[in-house]
Amino acid sequence: MTKTRCTDQVILDLWHPLAALAEVRAGVVVDTVLLEERLSLAIDGKGSAAVWRDRADLAEGSLVDVAAVDGKLPVKLAYGYIWTSLGNPPADLFPIPEFDEPDRRKLNAATVGVNVSAPRAIENFLDMGHFPYVHTDILGAEPHTEVKEYDVEISVDRDEILATRCRFFQPMASTTSTEGADVDYIYRVPHPYCSVLYKSSPVDESRLDVIAVFLQPVDQEHVRAHMMLCILDEENEDKVIKRFQQTIFGQDKPILENQFPKRLPLDPRAETPIRADKSAIAYRRWLSQKGVTYGVIPAAT
Amino acid sequence: MITLYDYELSGNCYKLRLLMGMLGVDWTTVPIDFYPGREHKSEWFLKINPLGQLPVIEDDGLVLRDAQAILVYLASKYDAVGTWYPRDNPALLGEIGQWLAFADGITGTASAARLHDALFYDFDVEAARAGAHRLFRILDEHLWFGEQEGRDWICSASHPTIADIACFPYIMLSEEGGVPRQDYPAIRRWCDRVKRIKGFTVMSGVFPAGPAKAA
Repeated sequence: MTKTRCTDQVILDLWHPLAALAEVRAGVVVDTVLLEERLSLAIDGKGSAAVWRDRADLAEGSLVDVAAVDGKLPVKLAYGYIWTSLGNPPADLFPIPEFDEPDRRKLNAATVGVNVSAPRAIENFLDMGHFPYVHTDILGAEPHTEVKEYDVEISVDRDEILATRCRFFQPMASTTSTEGADVDYIYRVPHPYCSVLYKSSPVDESRLDVIAVFLQPVDQEHVRAHMMLCILDEENEDKVIKRFQQTIFGQDKPILENQFPKRLPLDPRAETPIRADKSAIAYRRWLSQKGVTYGVIPAAT
Repeated sequence: MITLYDYELSGNCYKLRLLMGMLGVDWTTVPIDFYPGREHKSEWFLKINPLGQLPVIEDDGLVLRDAQAILVYLASKYDAVGTWYPRDNPALLGEIGQWLAFADGITGTASAARLHDALFYDFDVEAARAGAHRLFRILDEHLWFGEQEGRDWICSASHPTIADIACFPYIMLSEEGGVPRQDYPAIRRWCDRVKRIKGFTVMSGVFPAGPAKAA
C-alpha cells in the first residue's frame, strides 16, 4: 500500500466525504485533497464514481471514462456525496434513515474551506452555548442564554455519541419558522469528523429536520466542510434554504478559525469545560479511546 | 422600492445593505445562489448584468451594477443630509472617488484571497495576500496620520463618507483569506468607529463592536 502522510490508522480507515454529487459534472475530472494527499474524482452521472490518486494523464477538467480508470480507491455514494478512504474502510457508512424519506428536501447547503481542525469544528457544531452570541436573533437571543441540562451517552453497539433532551429557545430555527420557539435537539457523532443533528421541524411537530456536517480533512488544520440538509420545507426555493444555512455557517467561521490551539487537546485538563460542554467532553474521551491522533493533541500517556 | 440582488456572504453586497441600513432605506432582497449554484453566471442573470457580478440593484426602473457605483447612487438619492457623498464639495468628491477605486483594489486582493480559501477559487493566493498587505499598509498609514490631525474617517471630513463603507467589508473579512490585521492598529481602530455608526448592521463573519470606552 502507498505510504500516506497521515499515519493515524483509525482516520485512514474511515470513509471521508470529497464532494457533493450535485456539484460534479459527469465525466469530468475534479481534483481535491484528503489527509494531505492529492486525489481526483469523477462520476458518470449514472450512479458510478471513481476516486484515484492525482496523476498527470488525468488532469483536472479533462474528460474521463469512469469505468476505465485504473488504480481506484474505495468509493461510496451516500447522502448526496462521494466518499472515499485511504485505508480499509468498513462495509457501511453510519446510517441516516431519514435520508430515505421521500418528502424531505435534500441538498448540500455548501462546501466551504475552513482554517480549522476537524475535531474543533465538530465541537463547535455540538455546542449550544454560543447560539445567542454568534447566531443572534436566529438560533438564539439574549436573555435566553442558559444551556439546560441534557443527556449524553456513548452508544457502545453503534459506536457513536448521542446527546439527547437538548432544548434551546430559537427566534428563527429554520426557513419555515414564523416565530420564536423552544426547539428540541438531538446530536449524533457517528464518525470522528462527522456529526448529525436533529431539530424540531416548525412544519411537523412529530418529525425532526436533519442537518449534518461532514468534514473532509484537508490536513490537520484545514477542512472542507460539507453541509448536508435533509429537511421538511415545501415553501422555500433551494437557494433560500442554502442561504439560511450559509448565513449561520458564515457566523461560525471566524470563531472556528480563531480557535487556539488549532488541534483539539484531548487531555481532560487542557481546557476547562462547563456543564454545557458535556457532549464535547464525551467527544474528546471517545476520540481518545479510539486512539485518534490526527487533528488533535493527544493526552500525555 | 429598491430591489437588491444579493448574496449573504458577499462583502460587496454587504456594502449596500450597510449603507441602506444607515440611511434608513427599505429594500427587498432577491437571493442569488452565488455559491455553490453560480446563479450570477446564469443566463437570466447575465441579462441583468452581463459582467455576471453581484451586487445589482433596481430602483425606479434603473438597473445599476457595481458596488461602488451603487453607493454613489444611493447616497446621492437617499441621503437627505448629504454627508455620505457631498455633491457640493469637489475636493471631497475627488477624495471619495480615489478611495472608491482603492476599495476595488481591496476586492481584487483581500476578497480574492478569501474566495480562494473558503470557496476554492483558482487564484494565486500568495499574490492576493501580498497585494492586500500592501493596500492595508497604505491605508493604515493614511488613517494613522489622520488620527494625528483629529480625522476619524478615510476622507477629509468630520463625518464618514461612502469611501468608509466601500473599504470596510473586505478589510473586516480579510482573516478569512489568511490576511491578519494585527499589524494595522489604525485600521483596527477605524473598523471599530465604523461599527459604531448609527444604523450599523452585521453580516456573517462580522461582529458588532462593544460600546465605546467612555472618554
